[in-house]
Amino acid sequence: MKLKKSTVNNLISFGIVIIAFIVCQSMISTGMMKRSLRGQMIPICVYIVMAVSLNLVVGISGELSLGHAGFMSIGAFSGIIASAWLRAAFGLENELVRLILSMIAAGVMAGVFGALIGIPVLRLRGDYLAIVTLAFGEIIRNVLNCLYFSLDGKRLHVAFNNPNVPGTILLNGPNGAKDVAKIATFPAGFVLILFTLFVVMNLINSRSGRAIMAARDNRIAAEAMGINVTKYKMMAFVTAAVLAGMAGALYGLSMATVTASKFKFDTSILVLVFVVLGGIGNIWGSIIAAALLTVLPELLRAFADYRMLIYAIVLILVMLVTNNPTMRALLGKLVPRRNGRQKGGAAA
Amino acid sequence: MSETVKRRQNTKMVPAPSHGIIPERDLYDSPVLEARHLGIEFGGLKAVDDFNLVIGKTEIAGLIGPNGAGKTTVFNLLTKVYQPTMGSIMLNGRDMHGMNTVQANKLGIARTFQNIRLFDNMTVEDNVRIGLHNQISYGMFSGIFRLPAYWQGEKRQHEKAMELLSIFDMQDMAKAQAGSLPYGAQRRLEIVRALATKPSLLLLDEPAAGMNPHETEELMNNIARIRDQFHIAIMLIEHDMNLVMGVCEGICVLNYGRIIAKGTPDEIQSNPTVIEAYLGKKKEG
Repeated sequence: MKLKKSTVNNLISFGIVIIAFIVCQSMISTGMMKRSLRGQMIPICVYIVMAVSLNLVVGISGELSLGHAGFMSIGAFSGIIASAWLRAAFGLENELVRLILSMIAAGVMAGVFGALIGIPVLRLRGDYLAIVTLAFGEIIRNVLNCLYFSLDGKRLHVAFNNPNVPGTILLNGPNGAKDVAKIATFPAGFVLILFTLFVVMNLINSRSGRAIMAARDNRIAAEAMGINVTKYKMMAFVTAAVLAGMAGALYGLSMATVTASKFKFDTSILVLVFVVLGGIGNIWGSIIAAALLTVLPELLRAFADYRMLIYAIVLILVMLVTNNPTMRALLGKLVPRRNGRQKGGAAA
Repeated sequence: MSETVKRRQNTKMVPAPSHGIIPERDLYDSPVLEARHLGIEFGGLKAVDDFNLVIGKTEIAGLIGPNGAGKTTVFNLLTKVYQPTMGSIMLNGRDMHGMNTVQANKLGIARTFQNIRLFDNMTVEDNVRIGLHNQISYGMFSGIFRLPAYWQGEKRQHEKAMELLSIFDMQDMAKAQAGSLPYGAQRRLEIVRALATKPSLLLLDEPAAGMNPHETEELMNNIARIRDQFHIAIMLIEHDMNLVMGVCEGICVLNYGRIIAKGTPDEIQSNPTVIEAYLGKKKEG
């Protein structure tokens, strides 16, 4: 059977991710990996998923979203609460099952909020859309800052701006969640990356994905072809929110303490930097950029105070190099598919 | 939306056959398009005013006029890119009041653009598949999880796209990037993409612009062939008078947003008002 080009590309992508995972996993089990780096493995997975899902909005659907960390935080706290509740209410001790169920719950919650936010946001265009997503990201963070969740036996209690909730406290307003059962594992993160790639790549190479890209490339022509632009932008936005929520759950369940302030505007921008640096619309670029730039601050620890300075210089250099016509032409020769076009790598 | 508007949209209003229909074979079919007193104002400027037009079921109609006469604005009104401020449009007997571009397309109007609007970064085949979006469909989940509906839908889309591309013998270019095609091929692809949405009225905005005489003649034959093959009405804006006079059955001349003449090519060619609009008035004395 002759496979389609996109299918072959997808299979190659999965292959590379699986090989990378095996290498990392064997390095961990043989103790070749430094302890500090080992602690970075789950965040790397989380940021890869965040970057790929944001790329779905920024690159594939063409709308600048600056509130992606908001969905991550919703996912993180939903995941933590779901995990604790599942254990208390159903006596579910199996960590893997609990992790999976928590991640699904987190994805659903983030998806619901993605849809709610998407309804007003996707009526706007361009800069306005970016500003409003930024605002929603901050609103989510501030609301979470005032939320108190507790578990009293099998019952969940919620309070807003009132720390007096009965039972054991799960989410303590601005102090966040403490003593989280760390059930997230690196293999789980790896599976989440595969799932994300599976969803995003299959979406791009389907009828819906083509509609999303058509709406991005030429809104007027897409509408004239009978494509409901808002619907497809919404589809991309909600899918990205679901994936970000799942990544958030993985993140939340890998940390002992999680506070809402972790998911500030900076985190949204950080993920956006991964996307822009990896190439807008280029899924592979997002993965590589997310992995490298998550590790980079750790590797630059030796430079202590100059760490962020070097980080910034690296970003600027990459921007300059990738925008240089000669370099682009060279890259275009090396990777024929990209062809030096900004959005040409969309189907990579 | 008020109840009356809703009812108006849902009721099928069949207009009486109009005598404005030019090809006689369409006389006993209800017209595909009826525009009545159509007009739009941009801040006091009447870009199109009192535009009345009936197009027969299988008519090839031409819309001509000097630059800035409002021809493309008429297309934008018919496809609901602009909402008319006056008058009404009926397509296949349905009132298009309050519809948007997407609904207009689903009701049966497809168009091409004066400045080509292809999806440049996609392949030729994918461009046609975008046109097939509402014709052959499957859901998002089938697409993501590759359910049988996906494989079936993709296969049917591929076959249909190839069939449509074969109208212009473009099957070989299916895998090429749309933006890399030569100009004439891009124009043809736009027509194929519009045909993929299964329209009953196809609007072509300057289809021969930038084509050489040989290509124009080929296009002329193709326009007639498309009409015969798909049994649709075609309305085109064109400055190339050889094409307009050669292929159009009914012509409508627009100047300063108003219709100054309507008729068969022969009638238009000898109409003094049209000649005046194009060439100016003869100086007295």
